[in-house]
Amino acid sequence: MHPTSQRTYLDGVRAAAPIGVAAFAFGLSFGVLARSADMGRVAPVVMSATTFAGSAQFATASILGAGGGLVTAIVAAVLLNLRYGPIGLSAASAFEGPWWKRALTAQLVVDESWAIAQRDDGRIDRHLLVGAGLLLLVCWTTATAIGAFAGDLVADPESLGLDAAFPALFLALLWSQVRDRSRLLAAIGGAAIALVLMPFTGPGVPIVAASLACLIGARRPS
Amino acid sequence: MNAVWISVIVVGLATVAIKAAGPLLLASHTPPPRAQAALEHLAPAVLAALVVTQALGGDNGGFTIDARLAGLAAGAAALLLRAPLLVVITAAAVTAAVVRLVA
Repeated sequence: MHPTSQRTYLDGVRAAAPIGVAAFAFGLSFGVLARSADMGRVAPVVMSATTFAGSAQFATASILGAGGGLVTAIVAAVLLNLRYGPIGLSAASAFEGPWWKRALTAQLVVDESWAIAQRDDGRIDRHLLVGAGLLLLVCWTTATAIGAFAGDLVADPESLGLDAAFPALFLALLWSQVRDRSRLLAAIGGAAIALVLMPFTGPGVPIVAASLACLIGARRPS
Repeated sequence: MNAVWISVIVVGLATVAIKAAGPLLLASHTPPPRAQAALEHLAPAVLAALVVTQALGGDNGGFTIDARLAGLAAGAAALLLRAPLLVVITAAAVTAAVVRLVA
């Protein structure tokens, strides 16, 4: 990204377009899964529009569908979304205006829009974030509705390899992030923390703990 | 109200609060330089953790080795060839689907 040139909302939409395709396919499969988990048709769509965080929504639907209990489902989903605490801190400087406007714009932060909005100077570009976030929100929610209401037409997401699309997507986003040695160290540190914790904790905790690897960047003031 | 709507509302409110917390807490403050430098390293740390957990995570915690790894390898190869993002994602998905079909 080019910090000197002014980016527009449309630049964010363009940058997120390929991810929008993946989000649409994933949203379809969430709608189908939620319906087969007896979540009905409207609740999954409301959830996509408000929670707007794929992994937490999948966790909720699959735990409820497997009879895992309400508290288990809620705890799992909240743990999966805890990473948005540190992510929100890093994006905070991008938002302006009154508190309600900052809080509202912050809802457009998802892993992908946040990654796209990273500028070379390490700050977050608000236009890229909002453009990308809005496109992903529309793709995700529309696809959830189609999956929930017309799900019989959709194939099993695993047979389409969709679950492999997302690690590759995050690898591609990581690729553009690793610009210098200290960012490479942060990436290696984050991956190592996640690997060590995964056997011992529920999903979500390894990602939150991995955010501590960003402290590598605090070694010297920039 | 049934469990589905309770979970939708509670998870929704919790997520909205978590996402809003950072921008509200740091409203008028610029973090000190070293904290800012750390936050600028958050993206590589979290994205690397997402690659690992999404490629290897099992349904109930722990590790599961399956076709996702082959897909990730194909995605990495596409990245090395400087392919556009959509090609990288598609290469990963198609490879995983083919591996599942054959295996």
